[in-house]
Amino acid sequence: MGEKEMSTYIRSVPNTWWMKRKPYFLFMIRELTSVFVAGYCIFLLVLVYKLTQGVEAYSNFVAAMKSPTSVALHLITLAFVLYHTITWFNLTPKILVLYRGEERIPQGLIAGTFYVGWLVVSILVAWLVLGV
Amino acid sequence: MAETMELEVFRYRPEQESEPTFQTYEVPFREDWVVLDAINHIKDEIDGTLSYRWSCQMGVCGSCGVMINNVPKLSCAAFLKDYYPDQIRVEPLTGFPVERDLIFEMDDFMTKLTEIQPYIIRKEGEEKPLDEGEYLQSPAELAHFKQYSMCINCMLCYAACPVYALDSTFIGPAAIALGQRYNMDSRDQGRDSRQELIASHEGIWECTFVGECSAVCPKDVDPAAAIQRAKVSSTVDWFKEVLIPWGKKK
Repeated sequence: MGEKEMSTYIRSVPNTWWMKRKPYFLFMIRELTSVFVAGYCIFLLVLVYKLTQGVEAYSNFVAAMKSPTSVALHLITLAFVLYHTITWFNLTPKILVLYRGEERIPQGLIAGTFYVGWLVVSILVAWLVLGV
Repeated sequence: MAETMELEVFRYRPEQESEPTFQTYEVPFREDWVVLDAINHIKDEIDGTLSYRWSCQMGVCGSCGVMINNVPKLSCAAFLKDYYPDQIRVEPLTGFPVERDLIFEMDDFMTKLTEIQPYIIRKEGEEKPLDEGEYLQSPAELAHFKQYSMCINCMLCYAACPVYALDSTFIGPAAIALGQRYNMDSRDQGRDSRQELIASHEGIWECTFVGECSAVCPKDVDPAAAIQRAKVSSTVDWFKEVLIPWGKKK
């Protein structure tokens, strides 16, 4: 290189890097869904807290939840939570690599187990809530 | 008239410019040409000043990685016909400092590769004398890590990783996957000595599981999976250490 040191060029990363390619965008959406998951956890805690405040406080809170804004918020949250759940369930076989003897347990079976578990819990909750 | 297509190539010549530019070349379009063929054509027939790396032209050496329309690819494995008739934009792999044109500096990766100790380590006193022969391994034991051993060090996974681009202290996909490859090798006993680096903040915990490292890997190594599995085993280590009174203490 001689006396003069070669200067390398460092490219900066724009803040919009995640908008340049679809996989990055979907990743950011997946990260964003965590906010909704956390938000709904807080909501559930508030619901339990209201329950400790007596029947009236609880029913007032539940009645307020029936407003169009609240229903819309719940639907948006549901969409994000579903996206969160599905994307993470689909990623589990990458992390849970299990062997039965020399055979690797198929990836579909591992992800499938989570979906079946999800279905069972959902039916259980529906049965508890609706009493069908 | 023969069909042609345009290649927009990243140019950076530090002795004559302080900012990179793009130069567009018109190259012949041929069904059987890959991007590397087009770049070689530019070098041989149009502009001899273009600098780039390449060697085997068969997806083994890992030296011809470039960004093709923003996606890291081996230029020897990306066919022109998949882009024709659109223009192709060729840039050096992102996340690395550029030395000249398509050539980037890979010192950081080489250092990290060394630090991860990608070779079989035996505990002191447990090394077999040479005359006792090889350490034997069953096909099943090999199957556990074989996928992670297919890495050709092409660095496409680093270029796909936004974490590495934003913070180059991250050890990165290929190096961690190789560490994991040796950790899972039944002949190896070096996990403890790799763990300090792998389980550090610059190691696995920096990874947010974007997963693009695995998507762009030309050898299906799946470094994203290797990193997540290393996270699981490091977490198990932590629980053993903290929760089990007789567990392994540091």
